[in-house]
Amino acid sequence: MATDLPISTTPDTEVVPRRSKPTSRLSLVWRRLRSTPRFWVGGIMLAFFVLFALFGNTINIYTPTDQDIYALNKAPSAQHWFGTNTIGQDIYAQTVAGLQKSLLIGIIAGPAASLLAAIIGSTAGYFGGRVEVVIVWFINLLLVLPSFFILVLLAPMLRQLSWMAIVVFLALFGWMIMAQVVRNQTKAIKDRDFVKAARYMGVSTPRILSRHIIPNVASILIVDATLGVVSAILTETSLSYFNLGIQKPDVSIGTLLAEGSGAAVTRPWLFVFPAGVLVLMLFAISLMADALRDAIDPTSGANRD
Amino acid sequence: MTETLSTNQSSTNQSTPPAQAPILEVRDLTVTFPNPKGDVTAVRGVNYEVMPGEFLGIVGESGSGKSVSSMAVMGLLPSTARINGSIRYRGRSLLDMDDHEMSKLRGSEIAMVFQDPLSALTPVYTIGEQISEGLLLHDPQLSKDAAHSRAIELLRVVGIPGPERRVRAYPHEFSGGMRQRAMIAIAIANDPDLIIADEPTTALDVTIQAQILDVLQKAREITGAAIVLITHDLGVVAGNADRIAVMYAGRLVETGPVDQVFARPQMPYTTGLLRSVPNLATAGTQRLVPLEGKPPSLSNMIPGCPFAPRCPIALDICHEVEPELVSHGTPDVAAACHRADEIASGHLTAGTIFPRPEPVEKRVKKEDADRVLEVTGLQKHFPLLKGAVFKRQIGTVRAVDGIDLEIREGQTLGLVGESGCGKSTTIGEVLEMVAPQKGTIVINGVDVSELSKRDRLAMRKDVQVVFQDPMAAIDPRLPIGEVIAEPLTVHKVPARQRNDTVAEMLELVGLDASMADRYPHEFSGGQRQRIGIARALVTNPKLLVLDEPVSALDVSVQAGVINLLEDLRDSLGLSYLFVAHDLAVVRQIADHVAVMYLGRIVEFGSSEDLYDNPQHPYTRALMSAIPVPDPKVERSRERVLLSGDLPSPTDEISGCSFRTRCPLFSLLPESDQSRCTRDDPQPRQVEATLVACHFSERISELEHSGRPRPTQH
Repeated sequence: MATDLPISTTPDTEVVPRRSKPTSRLSLVWRRLRSTPRFWVGGIMLAFFVLFALFGNTINIYTPTDQDIYALNKAPSAQHWFGTNTIGQDIYAQTVAGLQKSLLIGIIAGPAASLLAAIIGSTAGYFGGRVEVVIVWFINLLLVLPSFFILVLLAPMLRQLSWMAIVVFLALFGWMIMAQVVRNQTKAIKDRDFVKAARYMGVSTPRILSRHIIPNVASILIVDATLGVVSAILTETSLSYFNLGIQKPDVSIGTLLAEGSGAAVTRPWLFVFPAGVLVLMLFAISLMADALRDAIDPTSGANRD
Repeated sequence: MTETLSTNQSSTNQSTPPAQAPILEVRDLTVTFPNPKGDVTAVRGVNYEVMPGEFLGIVGESGSGKSVSSMAVMGLLPSTARINGSIRYRGRSLLDMDDHEMSKLRGSEIAMVFQDPLSALTPVYTIGEQISEGLLLHDPQLSKDAAHSRAIELLRVVGIPGPERRVRAYPHEFSGGMRQRAMIAIAIANDPDLIIADEPTTALDVTIQAQILDVLQKAREITGAAIVLITHDLGVVAGNADRIAVMYAGRLVETGPVDQVFARPQMPYTTGLLRSVPNLATAGTQRLVPLEGKPPSLSNMIPGCPFAPRCPIALDICHEVEPELVSHGTPDVAAACHRADEIASGHLTAGTIFPRPEPVEKRVKKEDADRVLEVTGLQKHFPLLKGAVFKRQIGTVRAVDGIDLEIREGQTLGLVGESGCGKSTTIGEVLEMVAPQKGTIVINGVDVSELSKRDRLAMRKDVQVVFQDPMAAIDPRLPIGEVIAEPLTVHKVPARQRNDTVAEMLELVGLDASMADRYPHEFSGGQRQRIGIARALVTNPKLLVLDEPVSALDVSVQAGVINLLEDLRDSLGLSYLFVAHDLAVVRQIADHVAVMYLGRIVEFGSSEDLYDNPQHPYTRALMSAIPVPDPKVERSRERVLLSGDLPSPTDEISGCSFRTRCPLFSLLPESDQSRCTRDDPQPRQVEATLVACHFSERISELEHSGRPRPTQH
């Protein structure tokens, strides 16, 4: 069909061969992402941590639950790479296991909360009126309810359930403030001409929301999802500290930090290794998110001409 | 005078004796903004001077450096800017002054009027306090009471009604026009010798613009100050300035007395600008001459004349050496062009530089063509609510109050009015395609209130819209190929066919098909508007709603877009509903014109009849408010100035809604006035147009009075 159309044949202008298919949005984003060093630095670091979490223990002779009674409270050595704790458990093995759990919790709960925030916030902002009033009322209700208190009440139940319950809990109580932000952004974008144009073209409401509104708040959502990973891991840490979060025999970076925090000065390996892994991993995620935001949003800082 | 002039421009001015020293002298002014991606030189060696009492108009497109150069004079540039050259005010160098000295000078001797009066006034202080502040700062002896009464006096001078009361008002309580008046009051408070007005009327409606320009002239009479008016509107300069300076790419390219420059421009850029602007006097009879291309990027300047890439008469030398701004035989006029001698001597005329495109064949208007859009008695009232929890209605906003419109196939209806008159609400109602509060909307012979959901979706194919601001109307996050294809995805067109259609559309609007995967921010304003038009055309519609499609564009680009719209209409048989506030643009393109005021159509007719012989006083006022880029026409024109602002649509005005501002109303004897206050005028046929006015037969009385005066009946 394309051959039927006249191709520009002006001799002095550069003849641009027409591709049968214009580059799609995703590949454009990828093309931009590729050229950002931040993305590669963050990506390689994160990949390292993911591999570390997945396969770190295959090269180690100890499991997280093994107790080496000949090496109690030992500093890092060739035997125990990250040292051991009071009952002779290998910190390296525990860090790897904790990292697995924390990564999983953070990577599910953070983005899940952001997704909830995006859907609920944009719906409230776009429709306005009664829908908005009800949603805002519900958000405020959740905000005034102390989530920690609820958790204490739910703790006996959570103990019986798996760690997935924690993920659900973190997502359910982590979206409200972001939803308010998304709602306000949506209200501003809703009146922009390109949204009106889409409406007058007959574009359906879910499509307007997913194609025009949410991508336009995507940059804050991506930052929020990153911070969500961070805050999910941190909330999980504090919950575990009060013995409300991850239950034994599961370990997470949170429980490790809670256990090691008391010995941070006297036996720093108990604290420094899990904490260092955590900080570096979050740094890697932030770098990637930053690069991703610039790639998705052609108007944000780095792409502006 | 400490320096000798390098150029001989305007050392003799018509209105001032040659012996007088200039009040402001700018020499070789260069302003550079450091930028990691290459420094941006916004002003590159500008020379000009302003004589006492002179009115200088500086004209240029956005990015030409006109504002930056005047900000440099006021010392208001950010500290990162590197400023070279000299700026002398009465012989004193402004660039060597410290901030303290500069502050003393600002406001007392040099005053500034900004484009946006809302951001230029502090919202937390009353207008009176802000005027007094300026007075007290520069005259510590003045008592507070004296400053207060002087503030009232100043507000009266600039024409704010009830100044005793208004002096206590806050900026947000003022309308845009009143704020700008207040700004002028602050500017003239200390009897300055130089007023710099940076696009003072750009944000305002035409009738308000006319008022503000009037006030500015009055301010000049009272204070005797010289005025530097910076604008993009050639018409504004033509009617007000003594001398004009045209800026392009950070340099002055032509200076001279307005009469000479407008009559015989010597720089091709000025010629191109003048020929590209729709002109109320000539519009509709001839094609506009588009000025192709865009101004050069200021960060990496190419050698040679910056206009050369767009100049149709450029020689080899133009691409190598940048011409100096020198006189070419004509005293007072200076132009920066290698071929200005040829132009000045008459060997090259405007017609040969920018030949007018072939006039389009006069279209045979089929008065019996099918009606594409028919609106009868359309009404849209918004309830005005108060209260946070328990809302109660305290009034009604009559945004659209019973209007009739019709558009026939292949024709253009221009809908004209000031902001707030209900134009946007009207097109919103048409585009929503749902049953209006009152009245009917019939598209292609189908009443929209009877449409099923599926039919409505199908009908959206036939009616598309182009918005005012191409920046806002295109999702910045999508490549333009997807932007243009979006209406097709709605109608489930397969992807392969979509891509072909997009390529076709891009070529139709004069863009390259290979641009489909670029993002909107890579395009210029005019190109973006073409993208908007391509998107609207992609479903092959019958009716295109154009909401101020050129008013956000630079003047040189407007002509190209208007011509494109004309061509598309004629080749594709489109009908347009063309909404605009600029009557000249509407005349260029419309077959019929409807003038709207406060939710009503006050006059409707074919564009020839309406423009040649307007019958409603509002139409007359609108037309006289539009500046014509021709000093002769502009000076000899009868002016019908409207008093006051557009009333709020919440106001209940009995009888004719225009009577509060009507210049004819004030000329009528009392017995006739009572009819205006009592009866709501219905549209009736007067001469060739439909007019909603009781006394339009007496419209000619307006011509004998530029301003309202007592009647002799």
